[in-house]
Amino acid sequence: MNQPGFLDVISFGPGGWGAALLAGAWMTILIAISGFLIGSIIGTFGAWAKISGGRTIRGIADGYTTVLRGIPDLLVIYLFYFGGSAAVTAIGRFFGSEGFIGFPGFLAGALAVGITSGAQQTEVFRGAFKAVHRGEIEAAIACGMSRALRFRRIIAPLTLRHALPGMGNVWQVVLKESALVSITGVAELLRQAQVGAGSTGMPFNFYVVAGAIYLMISTISGALLQWSERYFSRGVRRN
Amino acid sequence: MDWTFTLETFISLVAAIPLTLQLAATSILLGAFLALGLALLRLSGVRVLDWFARFYVFVFRGTPLLVQIFLIYYGLSQFPAVRHTILWPILREPYWCAVIALTLNTAAYASEIIRGGLLSVPHGQIEAARACGMPRFMVFRRIVLPLALRQALPGYGNEMISMVKATSLASIITLMEVTGVAAKIISETYRAIEVFIVAGVIYLTINFLLTRLVHVVEYMLSPHLRAPRLQTPVQGESK
Repeated sequence: MNQPGFLDVISFGPGGWGAALLAGAWMTILIAISGFLIGSIIGTFGAWAKISGGRTIRGIADGYTTVLRGIPDLLVIYLFYFGGSAAVTAIGRFFGSEGFIGFPGFLAGALAVGITSGAQQTEVFRGAFKAVHRGEIEAAIACGMSRALRFRRIIAPLTLRHALPGMGNVWQVVLKESALVSITGVAELLRQAQVGAGSTGMPFNFYVVAGAIYLMISTISGALLQWSERYFSRGVRRN
Repeated sequence: MDWTFTLETFISLVAAIPLTLQLAATSILLGAFLALGLALLRLSGVRVLDWFARFYVFVFRGTPLLVQIFLIYYGLSQFPAVRHTILWPILREPYWCAVIALTLNTAAYASEIIRGGLLSVPHGQIEAARACGMPRFMVFRRIVLPLALRQALPGYGNEMISMVKATSLASIITLMEVTGVAAKIISETYRAIEVFIVAGVIYLTINFLLTRLVHVVEYMLSPHLRAPRLQTPVQGESK
């Protein structure tokens, strides 16, 4: 049997896995972005609940962040993947369909990553909101801005500026967490590497390349985040 | 909720707790030594050593832990040379591969925490120790290290909790720790919610106890930061 060399792993020619790995990397980015967005939305509501919710709502938000930061992400992915399938199958049976219906792995993965990162985003947004000077909000009230306008023009932009470094950290965590979604069979980067490793018998080469691609994605996105941090705090005086 | 099923699940998951704790404790302990070494390399002032430690931290923090586990467990066996070394009995075992991957991974994160601790030691303390005539190593052992560890402890506590969570990934390379057993039960019964709750309670309890333990150690290590106990004068005693 003709053993493929290291270059065949990354080549785009016939017998090369370059295209498959690249498609996997794209899927990884898609999962990470979806998870990050879901997490940001949850985080916004979570922070709002913790800051200005009543005792019950605050209790729920506290419970949510404590639980989700204390249990492994893998467990959450299992919950969504298998729990989702069980739920979908039950719904299918209700409508008279026989047999098992699988829950889409991408959706389960993005939801699971979103819900775990949402707990971290909640804390990031809460901390960022606390860093907004009272005076700015008071000034907005004094100008006669309504609640919605105040939120849109003053609170949201200032909170986001303070939140950017924390959001960058969450993004890096989400990117690495997306590798766990490979257990649901979604053809993301690690899954593609597994398939390649299995069919060529060269696991080392494939996992090294996959690792290098993860490093590349995190480095490039890290640089972008740093640039945006600079851009969005261009109005802040540094001393 | 089906209580018999929940109880059965609880009993099988509790039996898996020792393996989870063993994985976490071994890799945290080994990782701490490696992390200290890496932090010292970073602070050595020798450029080559500094860059090596930087590169190590960059690689291990920039790639998913699962890729690292796969690389060690599946990847290394690609080379016949590895299979003929005396290390093969270790690298063949999923347990040791998981421990190695977790150790290398936590060392990267912890080295930054320890480095921060070492940098936080006030220079005056070191000068005082030198003035007392302590040799270099004794200054490190008696002054720098204890102060640095005290300073690094809160951050290290967070890292320990992430390690307890990270042990769940060992289930992907067939180890039957808590998440492994949970995944097995879920995939056999498709009752994700009950199993998730039981496993979640177990992880939350472990992490809660770990947090308390770190707090106790922190309290013990910082008598100098506590307010002195007030001496209440004994009643009826005249001046």
